[in-house]
Amino acid sequence: MTPRGIAARRPDLGHISGLADQAPRDWSLEMYRRYKTVRTFELAARDAGQRGDVDIFMYLSVGQEAISVAPSMSQKGSWVLGQHRGHGIYLSFGGNPSALVDELLGLPSGSNKGMGGSPPVQDIQNRVVGHNGLIGDQVPVACGIASCVDPGETVVCYFGDGAAEEDFVLAALGHAGSRQLPILFICDDNDLSVLTPTSDRRNWEITDVAESFGIRSVDIADDPWLIDHWCKTFADGLPALINIRTCRELWHVGTGQDGPPEWDRWSLVRQQMTEMQLSREMQSIDNAIEKEITALWNERLRIRSES
Amino acid sequence: MERTVADTIRELTRRHIAENNGLVLGQCLTAVGWVQNTIPEQLEGIQELPMTDVAGAGFAVGAAIMGRRPIFVIRFQSFLWLNASPIVNYAAKSKEMFGYPAPVFVRAIASEGDGSGPLHTNCFHSMFMHMPGMVVVAPMTPSEYQAIWDHYLENDDPMLVSEHRRSYRSDVEFEDVLEEGADVTIFAVSATRFEVEEARAILQGDGIRANIAHVHWLKPFKAGEGAEEALRSSRCGLVCDSAFETCGASQSIAYDLMLRCGVPVKAVGMHDRSSGVARRLENHTPSADRIAEEARRLIRESAARERGI
Repeated sequence: MTPRGIAARRPDLGHISGLADQAPRDWSLEMYRRYKTVRTFELAARDAGQRGDVDIFMYLSVGQEAISVAPSMSQKGSWVLGQHRGHGIYLSFGGNPSALVDELLGLPSGSNKGMGGSPPVQDIQNRVVGHNGLIGDQVPVACGIASCVDPGETVVCYFGDGAAEEDFVLAALGHAGSRQLPILFICDDNDLSVLTPTSDRRNWEITDVAESFGIRSVDIADDPWLIDHWCKTFADGLPALINIRTCRELWHVGTGQDGPPEWDRWSLVRQQMTEMQLSREMQSIDNAIEKEITALWNERLRIRSES
Repeated sequence: MERTVADTIRELTRRHIAENNGLVLGQCLTAVGWVQNTIPEQLEGIQELPMTDVAGAGFAVGAAIMGRRPIFVIRFQSFLWLNASPIVNYAAKSKEMFGYPAPVFVRAIASEGDGSGPLHTNCFHSMFMHMPGMVVVAPMTPSEYQAIWDHYLENDDPMLVSEHRRSYRSDVEFEDVLEEGADVTIFAVSATRFEVEEARAILQGDGIRANIAHVHWLKPFKAGEGAEEALRSSRCGLVCDSAFETCGASQSIAYDLMLRCGVPVKAVGMHDRSSGVARRLENHTPSADRIAEEARRLIRESAARERGI
């Protein structure tokens, strides 16, 4: 029987043996490259916040990188909607990193020209649609987009375990199920609404709700090879919903940390890559991306200081 | 009878679907009456939505992002409160916040009378005027409706179109009445426009001469040529509206006109109480009698003020 509620909060939820080993080497390396990019970017943003270089509300996705990175591997070209804590989504799906730094720094060259800051980052040219800051508000909008896409096109719509409780999210899921809209819903389930755990808020699972609306669903942990497996499995019959258990390492907003995460997916991925004899390639990716992201932040900070 | 407002809306909707790949979304659109005969009797291009007043507008916003120029129908303006969030928080902010537009054409229908009571007697365009990024209009004639539709297609702003059921069967085209030597200038909005001619006649019977300026552009506010000059000349003004007076469109417009023209301008709208179903408890668009009475009082007060009393 599938674990539910707090019992489902484990790093091997839904584990399927052998997925990582079966994945093409290039796939794993590209996935890792994106993972490293998001994580390095977010840690640089955290550092910039702690130094005072970024002085706006920031919703960082450190610890949750896999939920954006893994779906981006198979959902290229989809319309993508996220909410706050969306830097990873933006970067994974092709958003311009420089424009994201600029947005956090309040520059006119930012993704939203300084109007939005961290929560609503968008890159419409790459089909990354902006968010207005109200959690779950993007789910009805995703339905509207999905009802207008060309045949064969799809929408990926993220929301959190807190947003799952919003009435408009539930209504939109019902609409997507009724109309069989081509949307892959991904619930970013970190078990926290700010700091309130899911068990204090509700006694139901979003996967049960989805199934009752005729939307196929699965509840899994944030193993990127497992996420990819389900993204591909569901591709032949949208709408579908993947509830992904993940761990938010930092505060809801800001750069602080209350303690260690329940599990450390980043270390688990690196361990898996090591077992796959990809240590040297990993090191090479690490070096290149750390250099690139550091240079990017330094350049943008210099430009701001000169402006 | 010439082409009515309902005929105009129905025909432009039919053409929008046929020629622009347009889309109409709303609840119970294909029910009996096809929204007071304002929707073409067809299924093509018409999307019946589930009964969700919290998500429906979001569906329309998504369609707008995709360039479908959706017409989103809200059959009673009371439902605007629940539907408002995606319109004001996404569509209205979209160009400023994201750099791309989400032009939704929101048809919000005001109604009153016939036992409509506290829920269905309402007109709430005022709250949308509060929000940056929204264009708010209240067309009451066929040609006004056509003009605001053309504006929508030529621009990329979301529009809150405050319709009123009283207009649907009307084919009247209103014209401003601006005369030298008038005692008061009345700016009429929404269904009060069907009352002001009678109010003017009542006032004329009392020897009071009233100008009438018809207004359907609420935000940005536009009045006809010469209306503000006529207000200055008449030395006092009245803004009449079908929405609530308190913190409403009428008070906001009156305030602006007062500052611009330097004369007292008073607001007249729905009283600050809920409407009841029983006739004695109704709260409607200000009647001709009420508008005339308010005009008399304003003229008396203005005259007293000028005399320093």
